Amino acid sequence: MAVTSAEIDSQLAAARPPLAKAALTLIRQQPLGAVSGLLVIVMILMAVFAQQIAPYDPIANHYEFMQLAPSAKFWLGTDQFGRDILSRIIWGARTALFIGFSCAFIGSFAGLVLGVTSAYFGGWFDLLFQRIMDVFLAFPLIIMGLAVVAIYGTGAQNVIIAITIPLIPRCARVVRSSALAIREIPYVDAARALGFGHMRIILRHMAPNCMAPFLIMLTTFLGQAILLEASLSYLGLGVQEPTPAWGLMLQGGAEEYAESAPWIAIFPGLAITLAVFAFNLFGDSLRDTLDPKLRSR
Amino acid sequence: MKGIQVKALCAIVAGVAIGIGASGQASAETPKHGGILKYVVPDEPPSFDGHIETTFALIHPVRPFYSVLIKVNPENPSSTTDFVCDVCVGKVPEATDGGKLYTFKIRDDVKFHSGEKMTAQDVLATYQKIIFPPAGEPSARKAFFSMVESVTAPDDHTVVFKLKYPSGAFIPALAVPFNWIYQKAKLDKDIHWYETHIDGSGAFIFEKREAGAYISGKRDPDYYIKGRPYLDGFQAIFAKKESLRVQAIRGDRAAIEFRGFPPKSRDDLVAALGDKITVEESDWNCVLIMTVNHKKKPWDDVRARRALTLAVDRWGGSKYLSRIAIVKTVGGIVFPGSPLAATKEELQQLAGYWPDLKKSRTEARRLLKEAGVDLSKTYYLNNRAVDQPYKIVGTWLLDQWKQVGLKFDQHVFPTGPFYAQLRKKKDYDVSMDFNCQSVVNPLVDVSKFISDDRAGNNYGSYQDREVDALFDKMNRTADPAEQRKYMREMEKLTLDTHANAFITLWWYRIIPHRSYVKGWKISPSHYLNQSLDNVWLDQ
Repeated sequence: MAVTSAEIDSQLAAARPPLAKAALTLIRQQPLGAVSGLLVIVMILMAVFAQQIAPYDPIANHYEFMQLAPSAKFWLGTDQFGRDILSRIIWGARTALFIGFSCAFIGSFAGLVLGVTSAYFGGWFDLLFQRIMDVFLAFPLIIMGLAVVAIYGTGAQNVIIAITIPLIPRCARVVRSSALAIREIPYVDAARALGFGHMRIILRHMAPNCMAPFLIMLTTFLGQAILLEASLSYLGLGVQEPTPAWGLMLQGGAEEYAESAPWIAIFPGLAITLAVFAFNLFGDSLRDTLDPKLRSR
Repeated sequence: MKGIQVKALCAIVAGVAIGIGASGQASAETPKHGGILKYVVPDEPPSFDGHIETTFALIHPVRPFYSVLIKVNPENPSSTTDFVCDVCVGKVPEATDGGKLYTFKIRDDVKFHSGEKMTAQDVLATYQKIIFPPAGEPSARKAFFSMVESVTAPDDHTVVFKLKYPSGAFIPALAVPFNWIYQKAKLDKDIHWYETHIDGSGAFIFEKREAGAYISGKRDPDYYIKGRPYLDGFQAIFAKKESLRVQAIRGDRAAIEFRGFPPKSRDDLVAALGDKITVEESDWNCVLIMTVNHKKKPWDDVRARRALTLAVDRWGGSKYLSRIAIVKTVGGIVFPGSPLAATKEELQQLAGYWPDLKKSRTEARRLLKEAGVDLSKTYYLNNRAVDQPYKIVGTWLLDQWKQVGLKFDQHVFPTGPFYAQLRKKKDYDVSMDFNCQSVVNPLVDVSKFISDDRAGNNYGSYQDREVDALFDKMNRTADPAEQRKYMREMEKLTLDTHANAFITLWWYRIIPHRSYVKGWKISPSHYLNQSLDNVWLDQ
């Protein structure tokens, strides 16, 4: 009896668990991952709808409301310029995620391409390329970021460059190790035998098969980039006032007002902690889900 | 909470009272010898040459290594007329030849730390460099000496200043604490030598510099004032963050910071340490200026520049910013409180000081429209990476300009790159700048606002001959009423009619220090009284 493709599709759809059920399964199997995923979603929503959600203009100074404690009017209090801290945290999510996603995506995609290319060509190219990567990896993330900002100056654009550059070799190194194994699989030889170009083999045949480590690196980088952006801003080398950014909020008030107006430091600090916590846990859960060895345990 | 505030207030009152009492007692106490004074400095010097620099970041760690010709009396540093000799002999000389000739006798017991004896030739070379620098060489205080016709040294013990006209501004200009005496031989060899080296004849000998950490000095046993200095040495510790500096004093890792803390830090220290802290306060001869780049569009248009100042609510800013920053007093181009300063009524006639803020901002919007200023563009504010008060005032200004539709991005740099941008690169639309003077000497303090080809420290890239003419007239008359009249005209042109540059708020100096630091007295300037030879530790 012949079966049409439409019938197969409908049978598969019926066999697929409903979305709610899938979500419940995920929560049961990866409860921390689910919580972190939720936090990530909340953060993304905050960033996207900041304009609609934030109760006040995040950069408008209200001098009559300077350093007010949390209240019904200002849920998280106000800072030394009378700016609403809740609004600045909501808008700060946009800064953090914009810089975090930009750095993580550019850094990991560049790392993916470079890592796979290095593994694919091997030989002296791989040897030379990996030594260059070693040089970059020798510097701790923050030191490399500081060096780049010192050369190019402060501001969001330069912060993205400063954070992205040190992320590239980290991703390239991990992806390369996966790609080295993939290179030996016969389908790559088959692709060569069919006369495909290097670019096509790298981008269409090898890179997609390195997706598991790539995605894990990507989510890890998100957390790292957010933390690094906050660190650079805290050191006065990131984005500048009055831009709402969590690290900058800490820098502006954490130390000076730690005793008399602790809410100025606590809430942005909490936002940074939650964001990094969420992205790191999400990355871990993703690794557990995508790695067949861990999944079978 | 209220109880804590009352307690803090009592502690502050007690601290200030103790401070006043302590300074009253200081002269009665017998100074003790020994000890190392550790103090915190908020920034590092851009270079070591006092003749080209204008920052406390140089004065605080490096002034103790140098001597000067005359100085403000360290026992009476708030005075605007009390000057004493440093390397000259006896009292500060009176003018002769109808007020146009000053003859200084130089001490013969002054030695540079490198071993050479100081002569009048060294003093001459120093003032030649300051007053008549070679073409292309910077001198931050060249304009202070516009009344000087010549400087000569007829012998090794005499220096003669000949003036073009009698001027009450000359002696205060000589007493500026940046006028360090350099060695002629070193200047002859390389005029830039002192930018990177230190060799003075002050109370302390340069010992060590750890870049980013500290500069230290040790007592000069051959110092020409016998029995001084009292300290064995000092360590100037660089700490950019204000909280670090406050904590350093709180934890007794440093005894004092000579620049000034905001009210909040004073309150915290007094509340925490009680009578172990002495608080000294003073009006401050220092103001942040908005330097507008006249070479850059649209700021070459006076209407656009006037809009910048009209947008700013100085009266409101004074009320609120004084709670979080070291700024307080609303004033014009002259140190408030000086007889030459504008009264409140006079200020309120100037653009940016009108009592009706709404009217002021409406006028600003009208001018921006009329001048065709692109409000969709983001303009560039150059600022210095120093919290107090640069970044706070910068952030406040961005908010003020936003009220009339102007959007600025704040670009913050450490001191070196900040100055490079302000003085050389000049990519900015507006830059924070400052006019911090040492000796209160309004006649020359306002030289910052004369044309940039005459003032060594005007970075606005403009020439205004009308302002120059008023400055000259003011400096050539001895009549205070006439001086005041010319000053008002100059102020009106600078801040309003020609809108060349703008004043933000004048600073207010608060120094909470460990009570065991004795001998040091507050002045209206954080540049004055920093030779440290009179400071001692009561420990």
